[in-house]
Amino acid sequence: MAAIKIITSSHYLPKHQVSNDDLSHLMDTSDEWIKTRTGIEHRRISEGENTSDLCTAVAVELLKKSGWSPESIDLIIVATMSPDYYTPATAAIVQGKIKAKQAVAFDLSAACSGFIYSLVVAQSFMGNMNYRRVMIIGGEVLSKVINWHDRTSAVLFGDGAAGVLLENEQDSTSSFLGNHLQTFGDLAASLQAGKTLPLASFPAYSPHNYGAFEMAGRDVYTFATHRVPESIIAAVKKSNLQLNQVDWFIVHQANSRIIKQIAKRLQQPLEKFPMNIAAYGNTSAASVPILLDELIDKKKIERGQILALTGFGGGLTVGTQIIKY
Amino acid sequence: MTEEKIFNKVKKIVAEQLDVDQDKIKLEADIKDDLDADSLDVFEIMNELEDDLDIKLEADENVKTIKDVVEYVKKQLAAKE
Repeated sequence: MAAIKIITSSHYLPKHQVSNDDLSHLMDTSDEWIKTRTGIEHRRISEGENTSDLCTAVAVELLKKSGWSPESIDLIIVATMSPDYYTPATAAIVQGKIKAKQAVAFDLSAACSGFIYSLVVAQSFMGNMNYRRVMIIGGEVLSKVINWHDRTSAVLFGDGAAGVLLENEQDSTSSFLGNHLQTFGDLAASLQAGKTLPLASFPAYSPHNYGAFEMAGRDVYTFATHRVPESIIAAVKKSNLQLNQVDWFIVHQANSRIIKQIAKRLQQPLEKFPMNIAAYGNTSAASVPILLDELIDKKKIERGQILALTGFGGGLTVGTQIIKY
Repeated sequence: MTEEKIFNKVKKIVAEQLDVDQDKIKLEADIKDDLDADSLDVFEIMNELEDDLDIKLEADENVKTIKDVVEYVKKQLAAKE
């Protein structure tokens, strides 16, 4: 068991709010259709701010809330599937902007599971390599990789970022308990965005183009409703706990109907699965930390409670981290 | 598995997923028009049948009525043997 504590959390959302009705003017869809199938009512869409801007806003707020100096941070991981560049990493841009000169910084690409994968990677750095202070941010500007004419996917997503500060505290009552990560590369084609193509011949004169977001809806739905409960059960078991002992299941906000099925399969009350998807849509790697921060802010989550944080999505990937908050 | 047993299983799963009375689920009922299911409900009905019967079902196969589901399940069960 790692004596790691979530010191503080923060989130940042672009100002521009887009309703289902707004989308119905762009494509053949409706508020009723989107709401009943996904639980989504609004989403925030970035106008002019890129992923690193959203993540930097989170980083600045995290420093303000914690009182930590930027130089005291040892590691920054940004989980994203919509980085500003192939290189530099979004995390490196954040590190530069907040002047966290001592911090090692890199991005982690595991789509909607990215924040959970980052928590597990951070634990390893904190345990094996003695890193003490870590900043983890999930941030996405998905609006730039979405096909805004594809009504099957465009209605689902939103932009946003959120993060946490972690610290090694030997005498802390907070800790990271068991986790479970799994990747299903055989299902890679079920959810794709940003496909790049090699040159067909050399020299090449045609401009590069990138593939927009594509998803095989039922494959991903079936994957989520089966693999997510399995992941949660595995991580709870590794923590030597029972499902009933988990106070909150903070599950990736992909679709309220998926979350209801997960609760049903786990035979846990839906009240233990908080949701904010109505306001923000699916924000991929940002969804778990945005929800986590909101619940901490509303004092719904209290110190000492057991949290199951779960992500699932592109890869396909799934991951769960059990935390004693 | 007899057609009647398959129908009973389908009825039970559809009733639970759509929160409707089992008696209302007739063979000729249209899943979307008569029973008010949407595409995600159909995913879930197919998923439950797949898990229960250890068969593979495509959601976009031409299934409109309960009878279509029963026949599709029967076909997939036969293919398994």
